Amino acid sequence: MTDVAEAIAAAHRSDWGKIVAGLIRRTGDWMLAEDATQDAFTAAVARWPIDGIPDRPAAWLTTTARNRAIDRLRAATRQRSAMQELTMDLTPTEPDEIDDDRLRLIFTCCHPALPLPARVALTLRTVAGLPVAEIAKAFLVSETTMAQRLVRARGKIDHAGIPYRVPSPDALGERLHGVLAVLYLAFNAGYSDVAYIDVAETAISLAEAVVELMPLESEARGLLALMLIQSSRRIARFNSAGEMLTLEEQDRSLWDRTDIGRARLILAAARGRGPYVVQALIAQCHASAESAASTDWSRIVELYDELLAVSPTPIITLNRAIGVGMRDGPEAGLAILADVSVQLDGFHLVPAAQADLLRRAGRIPEAIARYHDAIALTPTETERAQLRRRVRDLGGSTPDPDC
Amino acid sequence: MEYLLFIATDTEPEPFDPDITPIEDWVAEGERRGIRKQGDRLRPPEDATTVRIRKGELLITDGPFTESKEWIAGYDLIECADLDEAIDYASRHPMARFGRIEIRPIDREDG
Repeated sequence: MTDVAEAIAAAHRSDWGKIVAGLIRRTGDWMLAEDATQDAFTAAVARWPIDGIPDRPAAWLTTTARNRAIDRLRAATRQRSAMQELTMDLTPTEPDEIDDDRLRLIFTCCHPALPLPARVALTLRTVAGLPVAEIAKAFLVSETTMAQRLVRARGKIDHAGIPYRVPSPDALGERLHGVLAVLYLAFNAGYSDVAYIDVAETAISLAEAVVELMPLESEARGLLALMLIQSSRRIARFNSAGEMLTLEEQDRSLWDRTDIGRARLILAAARGRGPYVVQALIAQCHASAESAASTDWSRIVELYDELLAVSPTPIITLNRAIGVGMRDGPEAGLAILADVSVQLDGFHLVPAAQADLLRRAGRIPEAIARYHDAIALTPTETERAQLRRRVRDLGGSTPDPDC
Repeated sequence: MEYLLFIATDTEPEPFDPDITPIEDWVAEGERRGIRKQGDRLRPPEDATTVRIRKGELLITDGPFTESKEWIAGYDLIECADLDEAIDYASRHPMARFGRIEIRPIDREDG
């Protein structure tokens, strides 16, 4: 990448959301703010290779975006008061001065009155400036569908009077939790496939922004640390054939130690122990072990107990049972799974976990049978391929994947 | 912004709680803060009549326009700074617990 292209990419990462946020505050027009910001970046692509990179790229982009917004408003003429607001203050601002705008923008994009898929899409598009086509791909919908989803969401913000501000202190806790859920959804959508890793990285940088703007919120720290530790395994989680590997199978020398180290620092400053912090502590426990066998499974089971107390979900119950199986032996894990399998009936990860524990117990024919049950229930081909590989490793036969 | 609150019943209400804000206090608060402009209870759906004109003919039917286990038991017209204020006020209506409340913005262009 040339210096100019790199400077533009860096400015896009750090300044897009701030510029859009400032323009929305001044004009109240979401589409105009996005379009004018896009114009500014297009202008940078045209001008910077000729004029050179400006001394203060963020200020250049902010001023250019504001001028383009004025041009667009003049062309439309009707929104007079918004234009006055813009022209009153034309001194170039460093986007750093308007960090609060970005926080406002995140809370508005994640407002619970918007449908959840729209919250995720709007956050990635408006705050992070991710192209609509890329967001559409990560959420497995067409670009048209995604564009319509964004139009409807911006429409509701306008028509229903969804406010553009950080919520009042009494609503802040709950609303922040909603923001974090949106970021984690975006991360998981991006992380599920190598092709959409940009979406996952964007979710991480948004979580970094939330931590930076609200440094005392321990759950924001927990989520960021959790995403960084998961992301540290991005290369290790696939083998050369592109098949997904379990934690136990991964080559731990491929884990990104920089990400793990950053997660540790972020987590160390977290004062509370909400669900994200505890999940991050579990991830950290795995990250610091040299192998699955040398993992501190007692601590992992304790942390799952803590997590179950605050958020009793099937997946946590299941993971706790696996932890017990690793700590006390496979039969102990199987006993717990037998107890919970009724309430988790039809959940594909249950037979998969039972099969793994049976394999560890040396009960191979039973393990193969449970793997087959799991394959029949598993929704994604990537996961089915992983289970078929396990069956083959045990000497069993699997049906042709095309069947 | 103006919003119409549809106060609806629900098949899965919260259990009765004697500490809940009485409706009179809710109305008084809305009037004191200049939020609530108008509102009332409605007679149940058995007293509803639905009217349509189709192919020039007036059709009158007994009952509400939609068959549903839940029904609209009242309405309030409120004026708030934004949706968050409307949500906050609606959430303190006793029927937010014993029923549910739909908040619909009044459609006013340029308003």
